[in-house]
Amino acid sequence: MTEPAPKPSRDEIILSVRGLTKNFGGVTAVDQVSFEVKRGELIGVIGPNGSGKTTLVNLITGFVKPSAGKIMVKGKDVTGWAPYAIADLGLARTFQMVKPFYQLPAFKNVVVALFSPRVQRLAGGRYGDRDAVAKDLLEEVGFERDSWVINKQASVLPHGYLKRLELARCLALRPEVLVLDELFSGLSLAEVASLVPVIEKLMVQGMTIIMVEHRLKELFRIADRVLVLNFGQKIAEGAPQEVMSQPKVRGAYLGSESED
Amino acid sequence: MSNPGKSKQGTRRRERLDRGIKVRSEDIYALNSWREAIYLLAPRAFPVLALLALALLAPLYWQRVLVSATVFALLAISWDLAASSGMVCLGQALFFGVGAYLAGIMNHYFHLPPALTLPLATLGGGLICTLLLLPVLRLRGIYFAMVTLILPLMVERIIEATKIFGGTEGLSGLTPFPHPLVESFITMAALWVALFGLRRIMASDYGLVLKGINDNDRAVMSAALNIYRYKAQALFLAAATGAFAGAFMTHAYMFVGMPVFALDYSILPIASAAVGGLGTLAGPALGAFILVPLSEMLRGLGGLRIVIYAVLLVVFTVGLPEGVFHYLRRKYTQFERWTEVGK
Repeated sequence: MTEPAPKPSRDEIILSVRGLTKNFGGVTAVDQVSFEVKRGELIGVIGPNGSGKTTLVNLITGFVKPSAGKIMVKGKDVTGWAPYAIADLGLARTFQMVKPFYQLPAFKNVVVALFSPRVQRLAGGRYGDRDAVAKDLLEEVGFERDSWVINKQASVLPHGYLKRLELARCLALRPEVLVLDELFSGLSLAEVASLVPVIEKLMVQGMTIIMVEHRLKELFRIADRVLVLNFGQKIAEGAPQEVMSQPKVRGAYLGSESED
Repeated sequence: MSNPGKSKQGTRRRERLDRGIKVRSEDIYALNSWREAIYLLAPRAFPVLALLALALLAPLYWQRVLVSATVFALLAISWDLAASSGMVCLGQALFFGVGAYLAGIMNHYFHLPPALTLPLATLGGGLICTLLLLPVLRLRGIYFAMVTLILPLMVERIIEATKIFGGTEGLSGLTPFPHPLVESFITMAALWVALFGLRRIMASDYGLVLKGINDNDRAVMSAALNIYRYKAQALFLAAATGAFAGAFMTHAYMFVGMPVFALDYSILPIASAAVGGLGTLAGPALGAFILVPLSEMLRGLGGLRIVIYAVLLVVFTVGLPEGVFHYLRRKYTQFERWTEVGK
């Protein structure tokens, strides 16, 4: 269903962040963070609570305007763009605190995203059967097709389903970059285990994914690379195992004395 | 009553199920069977025919009351449409007043007949109000509400201070409608166009986006939809509906003055929505048809009128918090039964 990007150049830099900084009053939530993401990569962003992970997501997706720095998506400078304009480029996000449309039936949540100009453009201006496409997408993220759940108001769905709903709403945009803000948080081990194959399938299809995550074990199994944030600064970047062996990172996580 | 009374036999729960005929009429059968077709049509045809009959048969005084109720129903629809799109408005008087003054100005200074002032004031009023509120579309909830509350009061004072458009005297001697029945027919036509048209819009995928904005505007933005465009469009529809009501009243009274910006035009639509039931457009309209005649019926009570009116309002909202419309619809489409739940 989702067909992200014609996959030629795996070396294309799809997202690049330079010197990104955000001050909230006196607090610097994100401090001079720079990194690059190549098309088709899965990048993990980790760090202790309050290290600026979600602010970083909000900056990249336009929900928060940076105090300094530059964000490039597909070679376009999107610094200061509105969230919907950035999403229109193909950068979709989930929210850590799920934000479903509570009063709508579950599958109609996805229809809202299918109504966006981006989807119509990609479909060549044709209006398909949005309800059917929405149900396909929900099936893709693990809803049972034609089960009662799909027609139920989102307000009565359990948390695990709402997380999947968030993901389906993102996939509806046929994104090129997925930013998943703690997709696994609040899910049971079994639920996480059933979501991991969904993510892996997207990777195989060539999707670029940025995962902010606390579940390190699950993340390290699928991530190509991880960034570690602490007090808003990037303190390490590299292959998962290699990064975790660095004393700085251990210090940030375990709270032992870290060197300066 | 609805609490699951724990009796000795186990727990009992009241269960609501869709009526068979409701389920059938959602399907293709509706076209094959008169029964199902009538089931679908009746709740739509009944209010149209009932209002028509009342307009033709009621004594003149009550005909006027009905016209007034229809005007407030339009304002209530306008309020509900904006509220369903995430814009809680405390200033329907702005839409009403701008429409009223536009019609008055066009008629007084340019001598345009009502056949032109009504459509022009509807579109122009919608446009002006949308432009006025464009800078505050970013505000949500109570902040947006406060701005809409203040704007009509501000316009009123501006007219008073600058003495434009007749100042405190207003514009009088405007062209009336040729016959009371014309007034009834014009307001009825407008009501049904607004009600059925806007309900259709809200039921489409476009309406889904508006409801999504009401639910969670950040999630709509993350779906690559420009929420300000949608909010502006919804605001235009709501404002145009209110402006029509104002333009109509200008010609019905043959006068327009500062009172068109009065608080009544902002508050009564909200009360109607509370009584009738939010989010359906039909509910608030029904609420107006309950509250306006009720207020007239209480006229004989003199000083205590407002007190009794207020008490009835409280009884309605406490007794039927879901609103009259939601209640009626539930009874029409579902039946209830008691079931034993487990042991």
